[in-house]
Amino acid sequence: MSETNFVIEMKGITKEFGTFKANDNINLQLKKGEIHALLGENGAGKSTLMNILSGLLEPTSGKILIDGKEVTINSPGMANKLGIGMVHQHFMLVKKFTVTENIILGSEPNKAGVLDQKTAQQSIKELSEKYGLLVNPASKIESISVGMEQRVEILKTLYRGAEILIFDEPTAVLTPQEINELMQIMKALTNEGKSIILITHKLDEIKEVADRCTVIRRGKSIDTVNVSTTSQQELADMMVGRSVSFKTEKKEAYPKEVVLSVENIVVKEGRGLEAVKSLSLEVRAGEILGIAGIDGNGQSELIQAITGLTKTESGKIKLNGKEIQNNTPRNITENGLGHIPEDRHKYGLILPMSLEENIAIQTYYKKPLSNKGFLNPKEIKEYAKKLIEEFDVRTQSETVPASALSGGNQQKAIIAREIDRNPSLLIAAQPTRGLDVGAIEYIHKRLIEQRDNGKAVLLMSFELDEILNVSDRIAVMYEGNIVAIVEPKETTQQELGLLMAGSSLEKARAAVEKELGKEPTHVE
Amino acid sequence: MDIINVLQLVFSSALVYSAPLILTALGGTFSERSGIVNVGLEGIMVMGAFSSVVFNLTFASQLGNWTPWVGVVVGGLIGILFSLIHAVATINLRADHIISGTVINLMAPALAVFLTRVLYDGRGQTDIISENFGKANIPLLEKIPVLGPIFFRGTSAPAFVGIAIAVLCWFVLFKTRFGLRLRAVGEHPQAADTLGINVYMTKYAGVLLSGLLGGMGGAIQAQAISLNFSASTIAGQGFIAMAAMIFGKWNPLGAMGAAIFFGFAQSLSVIGNYIPIIQDVPSVWLQVAPYLITIIVLVGVIGKSEGPAANGKTYIKSK
Repeated sequence: MSETNFVIEMKGITKEFGTFKANDNINLQLKKGEIHALLGENGAGKSTLMNILSGLLEPTSGKILIDGKEVTINSPGMANKLGIGMVHQHFMLVKKFTVTENIILGSEPNKAGVLDQKTAQQSIKELSEKYGLLVNPASKIESISVGMEQRVEILKTLYRGAEILIFDEPTAVLTPQEINELMQIMKALTNEGKSIILITHKLDEIKEVADRCTVIRRGKSIDTVNVSTTSQQELADMMVGRSVSFKTEKKEAYPKEVVLSVENIVVKEGRGLEAVKSLSLEVRAGEILGIAGIDGNGQSELIQAITGLTKTESGKIKLNGKEIQNNTPRNITENGLGHIPEDRHKYGLILPMSLEENIAIQTYYKKPLSNKGFLNPKEIKEYAKKLIEEFDVRTQSETVPASALSGGNQQKAIIAREIDRNPSLLIAAQPTRGLDVGAIEYIHKRLIEQRDNGKAVLLMSFELDEILNVSDRIAVMYEGNIVAIVEPKETTQQELGLLMAGSSLEKARAAVEKELGKEPTHVE
Repeated sequence: MDIINVLQLVFSSALVYSAPLILTALGGTFSERSGIVNVGLEGIMVMGAFSSVVFNLTFASQLGNWTPWVGVVVGGLIGILFSLIHAVATINLRADHIISGTVINLMAPALAVFLTRVLYDGRGQTDIISENFGKANIPLLEKIPVLGPIFFRGTSAPAFVGIAIAVLCWFVLFKTRFGLRLRAVGEHPQAADTLGINVYMTKYAGVLLSGLLGGMGGAIQAQAISLNFSASTIAGQGFIAMAAMIFGKWNPLGAMGAAIFFGFAQSLSVIGNYIPIIQDVPSVWLQVAPYLITIIVLVGVIGKSEGPAANGKTYIKSK
């Protein structure tokens, strides 16, 4: 095979940030018309590598060849010219602009500086028909679905004549149905001769669409394999560097008395609209209740209301039989609540403060950590050291700022702080967001351990795998309400996906049954 | 006075006072649409006012009637130079936008009064200019029956120029490539960057345009209203223009409308005596009115008015 068979070759790419090597001599070869997966844990250096390819970062050393010719990609504009387009994980879309404006931005058709919207809409229409990317060119981004936002991102690259498309964790924000659609779109793109690099840490996606897969671990390229002849287990082991187990081990649940009961609560979001609409639920001791739903359906507001971070307009929240709605967070906490917040940087930790201070921050005002209003630094240090040891928080010392820890270890520190207070209800919101397989395994084990110790656990997550694996019951939230409560054993990802999109349980069940044995059809 | 005369007086005075506000509010709109908060508009107006008066006093004998108009251009150019400080500080040096703007507001009057003392024998204010904008009749339009005399006779020429510029700014902001890119940079600079738009240059364009228009606004204030330069020539007009920009929802036409409203409020203290309903209100209330109205409007509006998403945030390009 001669060199020119590759549309892209990255040879010996190294990128250093100070003394830290994010990429260490990485090699990647992309064939024309293939879907090439780039697999690695968080922080393995996938995004760095792709930012180099798309001109956002400059490599410290190494070569990039396109169609066998060496090139220097020093700006995103240059990458565009070379036919490389990136579909970013966090969409690079201007919310207040229309679909058309977002697509043409930077290469606008114009007559003497005046925008030519007609020509633009025409060429967008042609592109979207050619590749089956349904969008409404005149809609504003803020009013369209996440799936359509992603199609706009894809159209942006195609509009610029991209031949090579990079998808950065494209399924993180999509429902299962939208993921199916995306897979179809990717196949359609390669059929038209485009080449695709798919960055992901989801193995089933790789198995479904990718032809080859390059595995990266700690900044180094480990191997490139053919997907059809490699099992998921092999891929996972290569990615993590040891043998990992997928299935979360857990025993039967034995739910006892009700610990948390929420009765008809209404919560408003920042702009004054009702985010939670007369919602009721119960969590019992010894069970994990999972809350599934697409981001923005009131889950965050529900949890903020229970934890006292936002106002409850009406309804009752009872924790251990005591009404806690509109109580202060400290009162609620002392009444037996542990909270692993959704945004660990904003609500979970004070990043510039030391790890020991962060660990002590829920109990610093009590003996022995303080006495008559004065902190007791020695006790705080002892306490922090004890928890760091017990919960295996990997850190240089307890005095480093919380920001110096990796995401997984930050999360472990929060879990240590919350669980050690022995709360009767533990709320875990998105506890594994952005974490890698190893850390996820650990956190799931801890949540189940809480349950087995007779505590109630409320788990909110956008990851269906996590919900299905860890929960004992699943409540699906849609537009501020719980639309269904199902048992993990009796449901499927597909059914949950339909419920999350607002379908009723009967309809979802019927639809899933109809789909069985059939290829998933293209739904819009 | 009959009703036509009263209306004529109200409209022309409102326009005289709104002309500086219109231009400065448009300037603020460009700056903030590019994501740079410019509280330094007040200082920029001071420099525009000062430079135009110095120019006017120096060249009035050569340029005659055209002096104030050229003075406005001079004020605009000086405004650009002064806004460059804000641009360098906020875009390149990543300074806090409010701090940098405050520095400009503190520096400009000090510098201008100091230079006045140096140039004019130690006096804290300049002489009265001989060539000012005065009152003008708009050709053709003034002949319209009833409306002509009310709106277009004995009125402020700079205000009509300002209205025309506002329409032009609206067109530039919403219908041209430059405008689309400027707005994109103010909303989501990273998105603009990934599409090959030069974020820093675009922000410079926004800030320098605010310098140009703010300087012009200051020059109009000095040459149409105060007619000389002193420390009190610009007394909060830059901040009122900012309020007009917010009230106008960062839209040039909205900002223009709000500026005319605030101009009307400012003119009240001058014309209050002639308007039947309010002529008995003590004049001190009418003098306070524009500032009071500004505060009330901002308190009522600011929560609902949503500015550019990345306004006031420093954009750092990763290397």
